[in-house]
Amino acid sequence: MAAREGKRAPTARDAQPQANAGAASPVGTDSEGPLWEVFTQSAQGAPHEHAGSVHAADAEQALQNARDVYARRGEAISIWVVPSAAIVASSPGDAGPFFDPANDKAYRHPQFYKTPRGVRVF
Amino acid sequence: MTTRTEVAGTREARVANAAFEHLLRLADDRLVLGHRLSEWCAHGPILEEDIALSNIALDLVGQSSALLALAGEAEGRERDADALAYFRDEIAFRNVQLVELPRGDFGFTIARQFLFDAYSVLLWDALQHARHKPLAGIAAKALKEDKYHLRHSSDWMLKLGDGTAESHARAQRSLDELWRYTGELFESDAVDAAVARQGIRVDHEALRAQWREMVADVLHRATLAVPADGPMATGGRTGCHTEFLGHLLAEMQIVARSHPGASW
Repeated sequence: MAAREGKRAPTARDAQPQANAGAASPVGTDSEGPLWEVFTQSAQGAPHEHAGSVHAADAEQALQNARDVYARRGEAISIWVVPSAAIVASSPGDAGPFFDPANDKAYRHPQFYKTPRGVRVF
Repeated sequence: MTTRTEVAGTREARVANAAFEHLLRLADDRLVLGHRLSEWCAHGPILEEDIALSNIALDLVGQSSALLALAGEAEGRERDADALAYFRDEIAFRNVQLVELPRGDFGFTIARQFLFDAYSVLLWDALQHARHKPLAGIAAKALKEDKYHLRHSSDWMLKLGDGTAESHARAQRSLDELWRYTGELFESDAVDAAVARQGIRVDHEALRAQWREMVADVLHRATLAVPADGPMATGGRTGCHTEFLGHLLAEMQIVARSHPGASW
């Protein structure tokens, strides 16, 4: 339900599932802080694309860490950071019902039109 | 056997080539601090911070490189940035003692960085309007970098000061230790008076007042106490250093001195 709570700040608890998953390993433990997903925009008008993730104690630090890890060589003009816990993802179990029905419905693709000359095909 | 005066230069010699002296002061602060910060590379508390500190170290070394090149031109003895960085001895370095102190723990590194960043942002802000155009250009670029450094170190001061009892105690202890090395940042001497006539004017007294206000504001929010002013360390600007600079330079200079002129 994290996504519905909107601006809820990530807490140490958000890192818990990871810490439990790898109890023997230091990766993802509380000491590194919660995880944040980083989106960078490469140019004016371009979409923000997922670049990776960073650990940080709060939003300001997440923004700084994202800048240092993903934008230090001039790759970005804008950065978004989002608490990883706020992302709702489809699960592998959903793959069948979610994606399979699209495969046999060719009419959903606009492939029966002839592209007029002079129109750029993407 | 050369005497200390011959190596470090007399007061008259420093004033005679004031632009060179002044640029060395600016460059050496950043070269030495950049090297100290680079010692954290692969030793940072977490990967992200490791990268952040290394980035800041690279910014500082980059600034010193530009400043040393300019200093070499001002000196007029055909010494480039590498010659000045790698082939000067401790006594010829003009950095403040603050930047040569060992890196200490993370709290010490951050506290020093914060005190220096606040000073550096104010300094570049003033120098970007200098009549000396090459220096004004470096200042404008460095100001952008240092504003980020200050944002980073201020944020950490808030987190360490207002964090756990342990982090608070370490941050406060570091500030108390570092405070007596901050006076040197605002010293003004005959070299400053001479470069003021050449278009590089810095009002150190005004800078000190702004710096105090800036530092006090962050420390207050970080629940840390501003240390009391006591006797201040001095001497770095004329080549008197702590025992730590020589060791730092030995490590920094050994490759260049063992293989002079090598390139890769």
